[in-house]
Amino acid sequence: MKPAAFDYHAPCTLEEAVGLLAGLDNAKVLAGGQSLVPMMNFRYVIVDHLVDLAQVEGLRSITVAGGALRIGAMTSQRELEFSPEVAQHCPLLGEALGHIGHRQTRNRGTIGGSLVHADPAAELPAVCAAHDAEIEIASTRGVRAVPFRDFTAGFMATIVGPDEIVIAIRLPLWPAGHVHGFREFARRRGDFAIAGAAVLLDVGPDARVRRAAIALCGIASSPIRLGEAEALLTAGKLDAAAIKSAAAAARTIESLSDIHAGADYRRHLAEVMTRRALADAARRAGISL
Amino acid sequence: MSSHTIRLTVNGRSCEGSVEARITLADFLRDGLGLTGTHLGCEHGVCGACTVLVDGHTVRACLMFAAQANGREVTTVEGLAAPSGALNALQQAFHDNHGLQCGFCTPGMLMTLTEFLHDNPDPSEAEVREALTGNLCRCTGYAGIVAAALDAARRLRQEA
Amino acid sequence: MGARQFGARVKRLEDPALLTGAGRFVDDVKLPDALLACFVRSPHAHARIRSIDVAPALALAGVRAVLTVDDLPEPMRSERIPNLMTNPAIKVMRTQHALARGEVCHVGEPVAVVIAESRHIAEDAAALVEVDYDVLPAVADCRDAIKPGAPRAHSDIEDNIAAEVRTEYGDVDAAFAGAPHVYEETLWLHRGGGMAMETRAVAARYDAASDLLTVWSSTQTPHLGRRIIADLTGRHPEQVRVIAPDVGGGFGPKAPFYAEEAVIPAAALRLGRPVKWYEDRREHFLSATQERDQHFQVAIAVDRDGKILGVRGTLLHDTGAFMPWGIIMPYIAAVTIPGPYVVPAYRLACTVAITNKVATTPVRGAGRPQAVFAMERLMDRVARELDLDRAEVRRRNFIRPEQMPYAVGLIFRDGMPLVYHGGDYPRGQAAAIERAAYDGFRQRQAKARAQGRYLGIGIANYVEGTGLGPFEGVTVRVLPNGKVAVATGATNQGQGQRTALSQIVADKIGCRIADIVMTMGDTAAISQGIGAFASRQAVNAGSSALMAGEAVRSKIVALAAFTLGVAEDEIELADGEAIARGGNQPRLSFGELARLAQGMPGVSFTAGQTPGLEHTAYFTAPQASYCNGTHIVEVEVDVETGGVTLVNYTVAHDSGTIINPLIVEGQVQGGVAHGIGNALFEWMKYDENAQPLTTTFADYLLPVATDVPTCVISHIETPNPLNPLGVKGAGEGGTIPAPAAIVGAIEDALAPFGVHFAEAPLTPERIVAALRAAGAYERLG
Repeated sequence: MKPAAFDYHAPCTLEEAVGLLAGLDNAKVLAGGQSLVPMMNFRYVIVDHLVDLAQVEGLRSITVAGGALRIGAMTSQRELEFSPEVAQHCPLLGEALGHIGHRQTRNRGTIGGSLVHADPAAELPAVCAAHDAEIEIASTRGVRAVPFRDFTAGFMATIVGPDEIVIAIRLPLWPAGHVHGFREFARRRGDFAIAGAAVLLDVGPDARVRRAAIALCGIASSPIRLGEAEALLTAGKLDAAAIKSAAAAARTIESLSDIHAGADYRRHLAEVMTRRALADAARRAGISL
Repeated sequence: MSSHTIRLTVNGRSCEGSVEARITLADFLRDGLGLTGTHLGCEHGVCGACTVLVDGHTVRACLMFAAQANGREVTTVEGLAAPSGALNALQQAFHDNHGLQCGFCTPGMLMTLTEFLHDNPDPSEAEVREALTGNLCRCTGYAGIVAAALDAARRLRQEA
Repeated sequence: MGARQFGARVKRLEDPALLTGAGRFVDDVKLPDALLACFVRSPHAHARIRSIDVAPALALAGVRAVLTVDDLPEPMRSERIPNLMTNPAIKVMRTQHALARGEVCHVGEPVAVVIAESRHIAEDAAALVEVDYDVLPAVADCRDAIKPGAPRAHSDIEDNIAAEVRTEYGDVDAAFAGAPHVYEETLWLHRGGGMAMETRAVAARYDAASDLLTVWSSTQTPHLGRRIIADLTGRHPEQVRVIAPDVGGGFGPKAPFYAEEAVIPAAALRLGRPVKWYEDRREHFLSATQERDQHFQVAIAVDRDGKILGVRGTLLHDTGAFMPWGIIMPYIAAVTIPGPYVVPAYRLACTVAITNKVATTPVRGAGRPQAVFAMERLMDRVARELDLDRAEVRRRNFIRPEQMPYAVGLIFRDGMPLVYHGGDYPRGQAAAIERAAYDGFRQRQAKARAQGRYLGIGIANYVEGTGLGPFEGVTVRVLPNGKVAVATGATNQGQGQRTALSQIVADKIGCRIADIVMTMGDTAAISQGIGAFASRQAVNAGSSALMAGEAVRSKIVALAAFTLGVAEDEIELADGEAIARGGNQPRLSFGELARLAQGMPGVSFTAGQTPGLEHTAYFTAPQASYCNGTHIVEVEVDVETGGVTLVNYTVAHDSGTIINPLIVEGQVQGGVAHGIGNALFEWMKYDENAQPLTTTFADYLLPVATDVPTCVISHIETPNPLNPLGVKGAGEGGTIPAPAAIVGAIEDALAPFGVHFAEAPLTPERIVAALRAAGAYERLG
């Protein structure tokens, strides 16, 4: 399974990189390659040009500023996994990372690459959805910022144009002391999730939920926020009954179906994963259920 | 199609080659350098038979183009044993614990465990199994590999 | 026989090369100036080929040839690949052409081959070959294939039925008519592929100076390959050499002879340069053989104590589009069902259906996992209905050791009456029960249930015919340099035959293991050979090694005694030397003796001298050797997700005398892993047009390290009276009862919900669907 022929470019600056994309036909960006290269090996994807971002300055960074965690798009999943900033400020991301593929894929895979590839089962898009992330996109025309809810565009597609490059992801931070939960069900360890739930809760000392975010992966073509469930939880007391009602909102969502799992089963799992992730979050808030 | 001159270090030796863009690191190691210890089991990044170390970290060599390895340090299974040919502690542990049968997945297993034991010198059995989930074996049922990893960890801790 | 090496946990001779990346798999064999091949394969499950235009592909720089069937030499051009396993019950025998002629019958069937300077270019060119297909209706499911009016899988085969076989003894209808209890089950088992980590590979080189065609193939059966390649190319067998170098796993699908193994040598002959082909994984999913679906409708009749009065039913077996290995699997399934139990009357009517999928040939277990699944689920049903413990029901029905040898009443696939020559089935089960702490399980289960956790236990027994004939030879030859050359038709795909056979020879002739130089899997090294399948090599090659070693030992002793002037019983052999007892212990090295045995030109041999110190032996077994075993597995089921965790896995097995416990344990453990795959993960799916849907390792799931517990293994060694070593085969026993035990355990875990399972693979989705249908989620709240 050898890929079709292409020209390889390794620009050193962002200016060079976007310039290349603007000028070349049928060009794709190469980030970690863990999703793109298999598709090229199968010849499902045939490109004339690959623009490798590995040497581009300024795309790997993890900084906390202005109430957000700003992550350069070429930051590897491994770097995120071992980052003290992530662990301290964005524990949901930290926990989700352990479920992504395997050590070998996390060593090379990047956060930008995962978002642009937009696999419905991927964990990082779900984390971005829960955090209401902002995606910074560069081209020869400058840089634009797109809220995550506007970023995805259908099955394995995003609004990133053929001459654009995602350069950073901003995750607005939740208040110190917020709690999180991440649960997914996969056939084997490291497989794509059949359904997963990423949860953020800001819980007051009276166990009242000040704010809730629940994002599901594996259900729709892009991560879904369970708005109904979030509304049910907010301003109420966080207890087993509330969690059960909130999770039940997953029962009626429209779901994908494929050779790995049908829609009914995915919906069923979505409810279970939501309930378990919420329970994890509650436990972290010191609430016994 | 573009052609690229690459210079990299493989198992401590400087190597140079001229490769078409689409030649993977796995192809370059096997066909360009004649290092056939790195195996192709799937070419889509699941089986792990092609696992090598690039700058000390495990990588699926079938998912990396040789051109991307320019300037990097690559370690393959051929680089594990001593120059005399003596097996290193991990290889010896595989031999002692029947950690291989057909041997096809073995180079990938060894490279994965080389990184893992470096990062986790005192792992539990569960942690070893978790670390191996990115490498498929059809022969052994993993028991001998897990035993070898734990045995090697013990020996390496003693040597340290 | 000295017991120093035999029976010991000798570390494997194969290891050092494999551990240092010095293995030589077919794609590692360096053939300078080689061209690389890529096959053009049918994208349709069933189609007529109207035309093939190779010109656009030939025009690509670096392409040396594009061959279709008419470019192949006779008789390969006109004839189909031969079928190796005839059976009078086969109505329709169909095998492939080396490249498709006129009609393609499964997605992936090879239609043309591109030969180019690199695999990359060959793939580029393959995409440019224009094949004009007339797409025909295809049939995917074997149940649809046998319905009247079904699409024809082959346009000239009327009813998609390759064979109908009836296996029976006793008056089963009378047994059922009078039975107090009759229980029926509809069962389905899917096997999927062998999925060795190394895909197939073929390389060929023709040397005009010696008129020798050498073929390297990742095969389990090089001698069969040589026979067929010689026939298909019209060459003398002596002009063809087939080598199976290091092979990265076999498991069955590398045993049949494939079209590619004929085409690549033909290309090398035609082009005058070596040609290599390394199958990629997607091709492997499309065109390497698999075992697939068997649908059983079976019934068991028992008395009030749960003793079997009879078993009867039907089996529908999907053989795919071609049958290079005949109807072995359904036949084996049919005669394996009675298993270790007294079944006074039996009938299984088997229909073999042809479908538009790649050929079905044996995968580890070869029909036995399915048969054991059917019988063991029936036994569990009896236990449930009569409220008896499942181990107890089995105990009541075992063939007892005092009934051995026990004639089942059927003919086995080896052509001989199915007679269990020995084995203690109650003892095997008892050993497993003890090691698994089976008797304490109900307490563990109750405690877990109180915590809202669902544990279950499953038990399954099997009897397995191994060591199939007709033979596997071994030559032992002492060389003038003191090394001992051993050649065998046995082949190695990871089973450790090199080590096991070395242990036998070293013990027998008194040499050091390190001095043995073994050639395996090379048709030039020994004239007759069969190959690896059906767990046959330890029995056949092991016994031949013993016999050849025995003969060479006699020659060494005789020559040493003669040369040293002592009586033969004064001679001891150790560490490669013949030593006379007594006095100053004069000795001769094996090398010196071999030089003496070479003779001097013109000088007569005296009595006691023979040419060379060598002997070739071909042990032939009178019949199959029957192993048995019991598996007990504990599982935990997450009732919310359907996820299954194997908590522990216990095996008690009798595969006769053990040559190397390290190797046998590895075979059992590896076999169990494969069985776990069959029980929970592996499913080769097709759509209704017979288009394969699972063609990557992301879609077709193999167990990983977190899915397979380390088994607790009890060995019972009942020496096998059918060969001088006392061994039996150990390669498949781990796989055979695993799906039955695991599915039984899942059902036991979910007993509070009354769900019943009769299928494998049993996926979490199916478990959740069954629980939902049983109202489980309302109850759980």
